[in-house]
Amino acid sequence: MRNPLSNTIESIPPSGIRKFFDIVNEMKDAISLGVGEPDFDTPWHIRDEGIYSLEKGRTFYTSNSGIKELKIEICEYLKRRFDISYDYENEVMVTVGGSEAIDIALRAMLNPGDEVLIPQPSYVSYTPCTILAGGVPVPIRLEEKDQFRLTRQKLEEMITPKTKILILPFPNNPTGSVMEARDLIGIAKVVEEHDLFVISDEIYAELTYQGQHCTIAAFPGMKERTVLINGFSKSYAMTGWRLGYACAPDTILKQMLKIHQFAIMCAPTTSQYAAVEALKNGDEDVARMREAYDQRRRFLVKALRDMGFDCYEPQGAFYVFPNIKRFGMTSDEFALKLLEEEKVAVVPGTAFGDCGEGYLRISYAYSLQDLKRALERLERFVRRLEEKS
Amino acid sequence: MREKILAVIEKNSRIDLRDLAALLGESEIAVANEIADMERENIICGYHTMINWENTGSEKVVAFIEVKVTPQRGMGFDKIAERLYQYSEVDSVYLMSGSFDFAVIIEGKTMREVAQFVSEKLSTINAVLSTATHFVLKKYKDHGTVMCQKSEDERMLITP
Repeated sequence: MRNPLSNTIESIPPSGIRKFFDIVNEMKDAISLGVGEPDFDTPWHIRDEGIYSLEKGRTFYTSNSGIKELKIEICEYLKRRFDISYDYENEVMVTVGGSEAIDIALRAMLNPGDEVLIPQPSYVSYTPCTILAGGVPVPIRLEEKDQFRLTRQKLEEMITPKTKILILPFPNNPTGSVMEARDLIGIAKVVEEHDLFVISDEIYAELTYQGQHCTIAAFPGMKERTVLINGFSKSYAMTGWRLGYACAPDTILKQMLKIHQFAIMCAPTTSQYAAVEALKNGDEDVARMREAYDQRRRFLVKALRDMGFDCYEPQGAFYVFPNIKRFGMTSDEFALKLLEEEKVAVVPGTAFGDCGEGYLRISYAYSLQDLKRALERLERFVRRLEEKS
Repeated sequence: MREKILAVIEKNSRIDLRDLAALLGESEIAVANEIADMERENIICGYHTMINWENTGSEKVVAFIEVKVTPQRGMGFDKIAERLYQYSEVDSVYLMSGSFDFAVIIEGKTMREVAQFVSEKLSTINAVLSTATHFVLKKYKDHGTVMCQKSEDERMLITP
């Protein structure tokens, strides 16, 4: 029999997280600090609206780009929160999570051989989606000394005549790093000089703890070059609803919509109606959850530093990314040993790119009680390592 | 800082001072002083335990009583309220807008005990015109906490 598989898909290694996940699953009573989703339930008034839409029999496809009401609310939200204006008719589409938006944006924009700059450590899907779209992923290694921010210099170093797209994954999973206005000005200049486009994944925009999130699309000349991606998963604790959106100039959006139309049809109808309620009346929920994450962030950073970790203080998302280099183990070794000896699951930094070596991702999307329980075990583990050395 | 302290301890009064200080990014001394001040200023009036008595063996009866009164010269609502809340059987007293004046919540061991208290003590207060007693059949939620809920983390252990 012939090989039924595509060479492209076979060339993509399985997600590093997946491997680890299988091991964790074997383990009974493991405590996890490894999740990438909120611990809160979706606020009831949002769930209620979803239920109500089902009761009313709204169980059909919507238009490809999403229901008009939702697109209008998305535009109002973006204007209200980040001071950027989009035309709901031609520049916004509702997607199946931010992940779909990442995929179709790359597919709509890349020609074979085009290079995509991917700052790492970052979310796991940019590289495979680039490859599947025929592009060439080019990692940019972000460093702790720069607070894991993308600097102008780092960006310029990696640009070649083939570079077409820069991915901007901030606030960042897994480092918790953010880009401030003064960082983005420099990036915007380089992007314009080299005639690049930006895919700005701002799914954690609402979870910014010091100051206000800033989008590159709001800088002069940038809106025409930017696909802005956001969604409901993190800010409204709606991961299972699978709902995100993309905003882009109509020339790009039209082509993204084409892919979406053939591959997906439309985002889930129930989720879309629930999301309208989220945007209309959810600001307080967002603020409440942000405050809770912010408190745990401070708690966790302090606890890790007290334990002797070097730990960059994250400014966004809900992860800390402590440095473990002084223990003389790789990320994989550390995470595996911690799991075996203390049954605590964290994600090795290498799951988010080679330059994540020497780091761990610890999530604080957990109650204080859960965090404390896990930290006790982590501390015991660290003490043992120190005694040995 | 006060509002943040209150927001946390309103839900979890037993939190360690150390943890509370870490959550808020403040020093333990500063937080302890703030709490002490708020206790002194009667902003923090107590630290109680929320108990689901249904899950214990002991019987408890809770009644919600609407009380209508006639305030008189020298005996305004506050004075009447005092007559009501001095009884140790009375758990809470609220002055209400609407068709009655006071909402009184009473806890007793038996319905008989509560009924007796209402007829012998509450109703006989001079200013009280009438009472209507409603017994609580089941408590579902109190202080923002759903009584029967046992929440389990259903998330996958590791996700990107």
